[in-house]
Amino acid sequence: MISFILIILTSLFFSGIIIRTKSRASGRKGPGLFQPVKDIIRLFKKGAVYSKTSSFIFQAAPSIYYASILMAIMVIPLGEYRGIISFEGDFVFFAYLLGVGKFFMILAALDTGSSFEGMGASREALFSMFAEPAFFILMGSFALLTGHTSFQEIFASLHFGSYISYILGVLATLVLAMITMVENSRMPFDDPKTHLELTMVHEVMILDNSGFDLGLILHATNLKFAMYGALIANLFMGSFPLYLTIPIFLGIQLLFAVTIGLLESFTARFRMNHNAQYILALSSVSLLIFLGVLLMLGQFS
Amino acid sequence: MAIIAAFIFVILSAMALIPWVNVRWKGIVTVAAVCLLALLSSRIAVGALSGNEFEYIFRGSAVTGPIPVRVDALSGFFILIINFTFITGAFFGLQYMKAYREQSTGISLHGISFILAQAGLLGICSLQHSIAFLTAWEIMALSSFILIIFEHNKRETIKTGINFLVQSHICIMLLTLAFIWVAMRMNSYDFRAIAVFSNSGTLLVGVALFLCFFLGFAIKAGFVPFHTWLPYAHPAAPSHVSGVMSGVIIKIGIYGMLRMLLLIKCDYLLVGYIILFISVITGIYGVMLAIVQHNLKRLLAYHSIENIGIIGIGIGLGCIGIGKGNNLLVYLGFAGALLHTLNHSLFKSLLFYGAGNVYQSAHTMDIEKLGGLGKQMPHSSFLFLVASLAICGLPPFNGFVSEFLIYNGLFSGLQGSDKVLLSGIVGALFGLPLIGGLAMLCFTKAYGTLFLGRPRHSLPQPLREAGPGKLIPMYAVLLFIVGIGLFPGIFMDVLARPLALFTRLNGEGNFAPGKLPAGNALSMIGNWAAAFLLLAGLIYWVRKKATANKPVTRNSTWGCGYTGPGEKMQYTASSFIRTYRKLAEPLLLIHKRKKEIKEVFPRDGGQETHPYDKSEAWLIDYPLQLLKGFFNRFTFLQNGNLQFYILYGVVFISLVLIVPFVFDYLLSLVKFLNKL
Repeated sequence: MISFILIILTSLFFSGIIIRTKSRASGRKGPGLFQPVKDIIRLFKKGAVYSKTSSFIFQAAPSIYYASILMAIMVIPLGEYRGIISFEGDFVFFAYLLGVGKFFMILAALDTGSSFEGMGASREALFSMFAEPAFFILMGSFALLTGHTSFQEIFASLHFGSYISYILGVLATLVLAMITMVENSRMPFDDPKTHLELTMVHEVMILDNSGFDLGLILHATNLKFAMYGALIANLFMGSFPLYLTIPIFLGIQLLFAVTIGLLESFTARFRMNHNAQYILALSSVSLLIFLGVLLMLGQFS
Repeated sequence: MAIIAAFIFVILSAMALIPWVNVRWKGIVTVAAVCLLALLSSRIAVGALSGNEFEYIFRGSAVTGPIPVRVDALSGFFILIINFTFITGAFFGLQYMKAYREQSTGISLHGISFILAQAGLLGICSLQHSIAFLTAWEIMALSSFILIIFEHNKRETIKTGINFLVQSHICIMLLTLAFIWVAMRMNSYDFRAIAVFSNSGTLLVGVALFLCFFLGFAIKAGFVPFHTWLPYAHPAAPSHVSGVMSGVIIKIGIYGMLRMLLLIKCDYLLVGYIILFISVITGIYGVMLAIVQHNLKRLLAYHSIENIGIIGIGIGLGCIGIGKGNNLLVYLGFAGALLHTLNHSLFKSLLFYGAGNVYQSAHTMDIEKLGGLGKQMPHSSFLFLVASLAICGLPPFNGFVSEFLIYNGLFSGLQGSDKVLLSGIVGALFGLPLIGGLAMLCFTKAYGTLFLGRPRHSLPQPLREAGPGKLIPMYAVLLFIVGIGLFPGIFMDVLARPLALFTRLNGEGNFAPGKLPAGNALSMIGNWAAAFLLLAGLIYWVRKKATANKPVTRNSTWGCGYTGPGEKMQYTASSFIRTYRKLAEPLLLIHKRKKEIKEVFPRDGGQETHPYDKSEAWLIDYPLQLLKGFFNRFTFLQNGNLQFYILYGVVFISLVLIVPFVFDYLLSLVKFLNKL
């Protein structure tokens, strides 16, 4: 429960921090921390324009997408404190729930009969598909390391001790951060600030959404950021008491947001047609983690 | 006995009746016979699933020996799946075949074959006698051949049918070989002899015997690289037949494998690794090829291969579990495999019925030509959507439950295993999510282009939604899809006894009913999946309330300032998968034909892509070509001269007479020399 509330809270200022960082990096002052949330609230109050081509799916998809992300957030624990949903193998449920939302967003994009939105949908489907094995191998390695198969048990019994384990932590952070960028269509893979439909991924999918629906989609993006940030934070929490975990959680989220902002300010995006290979390469980083776990367990001795 | 007699009586009387009644009644008699057969066999099956195994032994003849009919929990489970799919298939087919009423004789044959196919399948599940089993198998193969070639006036269909016939007989040949091997040693055709035989030999003999059976069953089930008949047969058949074929007929191969696993005592660990390896390849390869297909039924056929791969991963895990003595792994692996068998029979038959509705309304299966069907066919569209979600393994539907069991098996298999097993599991952990992701790409493509957007071509006739006669059986299937997704516990109870057969192989006790592994997780999944539906509904309701009195306008789709977007400007299925196709090109075989646009006033240009199966090109076409080349050298023998043919006859007869004689003579010569 506590993680759910914390993630919702974080989602309110997460993209604000990113935008602030990017503004500072480019020498501007930038908008206030809560400007993105204010934008979303403004969208919630607006009417909508629907394409004549679209059907019921287009109108239902954002709600289902939002619901899938809320459910996924419920799975995430906070150190020792389990999420609202917790059972053995809950991270499979987590990944597949996100899949449902994605499925409907892709359908909604195809529902408009546009010449552009299918492009984004196709890319989103392909990229997120390639990111999936990396996540499962990562979780599999942790399951092997700790002997547990639920988020909460894995994170609670993840102890850092030897040198290898620190490397594992760093690598896992890298994998999760990259998955975040893929899932949210951010910088090395997609540039949310691009102005040409042909080079967009996520933005071009939601070209036709407006009003309340667009608000839902935008907030869902923020929620997703906070959700993956929480996963990363969980890597470093272990079984500390609550008065330590909450500051750790907030600190890591802050650090994560700033890092994303800096990353987006100082890197160029990958070439679109090589994106899939880059993403599939994440699986090999996951495999590296797996080998590290085998080393720790002494399978090679 | 009474039940078996009634069973045979129903088949015979339906066969006698169908040719003589008029076209309307042919269908009704078929449906009635299918339902009666289902009723009779389900009684036995339900008994078997609740603990009363059925056994009846026919006296048989001097050649065959006694013929046992045994229905245990595993057979019972498969009998129930077969019956359900055949009943929905028969009801759907009753309406579907109305379009072909003028082909009266064809329909008679079709109806009789449909009944025989069901009877054959039920026979396979219950007969435990090699000769009887092979007979039932042959009945099933021949009747499904007739079912496939219903539209026999199309050349393509006949070609496909022959392909199917040849490949299913290769499968029968392999099975016959294995059975003969056992019968030679044990002098008995009873299946129990197989168990005794494998117990008496070494483990390696068991492995060889199992592999012989496995190859035979793998052809039927469609494991890569034995799958090449499958993508041809499914599109050629009428939709209810494809549904039944993909739903249960190919599953009989899975039944065969499971049955042999129960009987043959072999090196389970080795067998498990082999199955796991083949299955991961099957799953990935099947879905990779499915994505590039633009014929809807062909696409669905490749997905059958993919799902067989997922089932195989479960079976492989279970086998490894038996080999390792890890009962948890046995339970989770086989539970996932069995449940996915059921699940796939549900959503795949629903998808094929949906494809049938589309075909009868639009008269084409080319998804590039269709679009926006959802507006005219809302029910078919909705049903197809749910089935697509289920086949992608997404919650809250049934596909997720079985995939979750397999995932759970994989993660629990990680504990305390050696390097070989670990690498196997990591391979599966890489493969299974990839299969899921690719399936999602494929079904968003299929559903999105078919039912969403606008029509891409003007069709000669207006589209019409299928009648209630077709939709009711489809909704019946849907009920189960949602039911398994939301209440997996009930169905796991049904699986308890078939699973106990496998956990017993380890010599340990069964899991107590209240303490099944993953039981807690499954009930959580059911509840939270329901919660997810409610939450989505709630958010949609809030959205509706919040925007109730806000201005809503309808306008054309955003086209970057261009205000007259036409249907030709829509994204197509080929362009949707273009990025993927470019990536996967080295692994696939895609024939491209391109007509460039040239000159100032260009003529028509265009580009076509025709996906082909690389494994088929290498494993079937190339050897066949070599074989043809080899045999072509002997064409001089077939020169059309009668005299030559008589000469061949004379030469043959004289060889038959002379060779034994010469052999005997040589033998005595050798003996004589030895004496010297």
